[in-house]
Parts: sequence; structure tokens; C-alpha cells
Amino acid sequence: MKKNWPLWEVFVRSKNGLEHRHFGSLHAADEDMALENARDVYTRRNEGVSIWVVKSKHITASNPEHHGELFEPAQDKVYRHPTFYDLPDEVKHM
Amino acid sequence: MSEEQIKNLEQQFEARIARDEKIEPKDWMPEKYRKTHIRQISQHAHSEIVGMLPEGNWITRAPSLRRKVALLAKVQDEAGHGLYLYSACETLGVSRNELYEQLHTGKAKYSSIFNYPTITWADMGAIGWLVDGAAIINQVPLCSTSYGPYARAMIRVCKEESFHQRQGFEIMMKLANGTPEQKELAQDALNRWWWPSLMMLGPTDAESVHTEQSMKWKLKRKSNDDLRQQFIDQTVPQADLIGLTIPDPNLKWNEERGSYDFGEINWDEFWQVVKGHGPCNKERIDARVNAWNNGEWVRDAAVAYADKKATKKQRQAV
Repeated sequence: MKKNWPLWEVFVRSKNGLEHRHFGSLHAADEDMALENARDVYTRRNEGVSIWVVKSKHITASNPEHHGELFEPAQDKVYRHPTFYDLPDEVKHM
Repeated sequence: MSEEQIKNLEQQFEARIARDEKIEPKDWMPEKYRKTHIRQISQHAHSEIVGMLPEGNWITRAPSLRRKVALLAKVQDEAGHGLYLYSACETLGVSRNELYEQLHTGKAKYSSIFNYPTITWADMGAIGWLVDGAAIINQVPLCSTSYGPYARAMIRVCKEESFHQRQGFEIMMKLANGTPEQKELAQDALNRWWWPSLMMLGPTDAESVHTEQSMKWKLKRKSNDDLRQQFIDQTVPQADLIGLTIPDPNLKWNEERGSYDFGEINWDEFWQVVKGHGPCNKERIDARVNAWNNGEWVRDAAVAYADKKATKKQRQAV
């Protein structure tokens, strides 16, 4: 075999109104085959109304080792949440 | 990394699992965790793929269209389950081709149960009822295993598996309530598949080498003997219901334990089949290798076509 089929990531919208969600991955020679295979592998029981496929190599992911510098700054910003603000009980609709 | 640093990381890692946190592909993990998972997930994937062969044998001879569409759908599901699991395994840094290579050269194992032949239609019933029944018992606890991609694949598999068992039981029920010859077919299939199904849940706890570590990593949540007891306790009443007899003269309800006592399992047979001396080991691997080799020109042609299309698109863009 000369060349392996590349890996694709599959995203499925389960019904209109919902976002596409990552379902898994598969191998296919090109984008048309990736869509057809995704239909057969991930939507045999009406799990979806729309499919996206993207070559896995095109996805850039954050590195778990950088978890701290990426996500910790959000942890001490409690003032971004409504519960941070003290209001009297008499205030309604807020 | 120094030895101490690694030890520190390992402790943090074990603590994460103990807290029921999931491990995702790019997270740091001990090499042993990675290797153990590649082994177990790939064995699981191979079992799904080889598992298509004994049933594929009966698709063209299914007794009715209803049975045929169900069997086709079941075999298709098994292909799908194999694919979910191969992808989960690949997230650990092993390629699909390496995994196939391991299966085709006999380096990787698959469930021994698929090395038994399917000689009558009733075997389709027995496989769905017993083999898929035992598989469900094995798989349900894995839905909460520690490795994220494996757990997600298992949730999908388990959702789909229940139809497999029900269609199998329906086949057995129909035969058991049919003519004397049909009932005999059902009983014969139960006789042949009962013991291998019990073996499917793995060696006894005393003989099982991987249990302790696997429990810690939630690759295993109950011991083989506990799973086997659960399988027997839930299956015996199902056999009674359709008037079939479990082929074990020592099977007896134990009031005190609230479980069935059962006879000795022939572990020699189990190890013989694991080592490659079962009735169909060679046939199964040959079928896989032939399918792979004979499909090579198709895979190559698909790549050539994809390349040609991509080049054409590029030229048009210029």
C-alpha cells in the first residue's frame, strides 16, 4: 500500500437548533468519502441532520501542559458572575 | 524528567482517576497506562471486527426478510463498533495500520468465542442472546472507565447492543416454541454456546493477571467471577422461560447465596482456543487477511482519485 487514508474528525448536528458536536473520527481517502463514511459509522439511528468533517491535521489544540496559564486567570474573576453583587431581597426581576 | 518528577506526576495521575476525573488524549499519562489501554481497546476493536465473520456466514441464508434485515443491521453495528474503538485507540498514538498488522500477524488477540463455528441458524439466536448478553455485562461498566475516548465509545456501543441481544433471544424463543426439530436446533445451539459464553467473561479471579491494576484505572469495575455469576443468574431464568435446558447438571439455585451454583468450567479448552487451537482460529484470521489484501487496490485507487481531484481543483484555482 502506497499511502494511508488520512484521519478525519466528525461533527454531527443531532437536530436543527442544536450545535454540531464532536462524535469521533474515521479514515477516508477524500472529503466526499469522509462524509459518506461518517453517515454510516455515526448516524445509523437518526443521530443527525447535518455532518461536518475536517481533516484531523487541520485542528490546532491547546496543550494540557499550558492549562494553568490559559485557564487559571478566569478562576479568580468572580465579579464576572451575577452572584458576586449583593442586592436586597426586595429587588425583583433582576 | 528525573525519576522523582515522574513519580510525582504518576501520583497526581492516580489521584485524578481516583477522583473520577477523565484522562484525555493529550494529557500526560504513565507509559504503562498507554500500553495497557492500547492492548485492551485494540483487542476489543478486533473482537468486533472478527465477530462479524461467524454471523456474516448466515446473512444470505436467513429464513425470512425480517431476520435478514436484523442480522445485516447487527453485523453493520459490529463494523461500526470496531471503528469507534479503533479511533479511540488511535488517540493513544498508535496507527490504524499498526493495529491491523497486530491482528493479522496474531500478535494481538480477539475474543476467543469467535473461533467457534456457526453451523445452524439457531446459532444466530444463541450468539445474540448469550454472546452479546455476556458482552453487555462486560461492557456496561466500561462506560465509566477513566480514559475519555474509550468511555465515550463504550456509551455508544452499549446503546446499540441491546437490540442485538433481543433479536437473538427472539430467534431462540421462536425456535423453542416451534416444531420438535426446531426446538432441538435451539437446544443444540444452547448446548454448544453455553460454556464458551461463560469463558468469555475471562479466567477465574485467581488466574487473572491484570485485575488489580485494571480496577484502579477503572478498566475493570467487577471481577471476572462476579461478572460470570451475574450472567448466569440473569440467563438461567430466561432459558426456563422458553423451555430450554442449560447444559450443566450441577446448576442449582443456592438459596443462601441468592445465586446459582454451577459446574466446573473446562479451562483447558479455553486456553487451547486462546493459544490458537480452536475450531476456527485459522479460518477467521485468513478471512481478515484476505479481505485486507484483496482490498488493497481499492484503497490505492481511492487515494489516487483523491489526489487527482485535489490537483485539478488547485489548477482551477490558479
